[in-house]
Amino acid sequence: MLEALTLLFVCQLAGEALVRLSGLSFPGPVLGMAIMLGVIAIAGRTGANLERVADTLLKNLSLLFVPAAVGVIQQIDLLAANWLAVIGAVVGSTVLTLIVTVYVFRAVARAISRP
Amino acid sequence: MKGRELYQIWVYLAETPLLWLTATLIAYVIGERISRGFSRHPLANPVIIATALLVTLLAVTGTPYPDYFAGAQFIHFLLGPATVALAIPLWRNRTQVRRNLLPMVAALLAGSLTAVASAVAIAWMLGAPREILASLAPKSVTSPIAMALAEPLGGIPALTAVLVVLTGVLGAVVVTPLMNLMRIRDFAARGFAAGVASHGLGTARAFQVSEEAGTFAGIALGLNGAMTAIIFMFASLFL
Repeated sequence: MLEALTLLFVCQLAGEALVRLSGLSFPGPVLGMAIMLGVIAIAGRTGANLERVADTLLKNLSLLFVPAAVGVIQQIDLLAANWLAVIGAVVGSTVLTLIVTVYVFRAVARAISRP
Repeated sequence: MKGRELYQIWVYLAETPLLWLTATLIAYVIGERISRGFSRHPLANPVIIATALLVTLLAVTGTPYPDYFAGAQFIHFLLGPATVALAIPLWRNRTQVRRNLLPMVAALLAGSLTAVASAVAIAWMLGAPREILASLAPKSVTSPIAMALAEPLGGIPALTAVLVVLTGVLGAVVVTPLMNLMRIRDFAARGFAAGVASHGLGTARAFQVSEEAGTFAGIALGLNGAMTAIIFMFASLFL
């Protein structure tokens, strides 16, 4: 348990450190994910503890967004002043992104399955 | 006398991180229970319920957000390790991933660009100032990544965090009816779209619908984090 959690932290730390050192504007946790994947690939397996810790974190992923969401209380003035642009952009862009992504996925999948 | 004692207990507890950490967990547990009570109807989203409860509680007690966050930050912090943890389902499903590699790469490129460009274009047409545009641009990726991307472009990280959650909740609510309407029955494609458009909250929703959809959503969430970061890296060269 503890070792698995430590491994996740170490990978994130390595990712953050590499981003700082290289001066690239790339998110540390994503690099951490790539490092984690590299570690697993080298080991050739994940291990039951790592699976359990990762699954617990990912199963409760929604909870982790709550503290940031409550921040809405601080942004109410800015949001109220720009509500139309914000709602329009979030709704329009999210629906459009869903449609484009699923359409391209299906189109390419069909194209390769029918040579 | 009684009231004064209660007030002293409140003052003491309000100063420790325990109070708001616990309040966040309780609010979420309530949100989860309600969501399950409505058999996971997309509109009964646990994040919406928990957030509404906590915002009301902060307003009633007159607690400033930084005081709340001092406790809740321990939950927020776990977003980083959770992002790293996405490597595990990615590895577990590597054969499926390899089989769908080409559709995924194409859909990721198209979806990622659409998410950033359409959000900025729509908000710009509706007259939003630059700080809003920069805060909106990374809205489809998970919050630690989005916040890190918005800041150098002149965005407000705290606003980005809120917009990210708004996008996630909306995606989670809309994805199932939209995909049914489009008559898409490929759960890999449906899940992947949910992950690209609405990150972790879309992924959480996808896992409720099917294991396959959830897996592909998780992969999309990780890949879109990386892809959006790359788009921003190139964009920052021209801005």
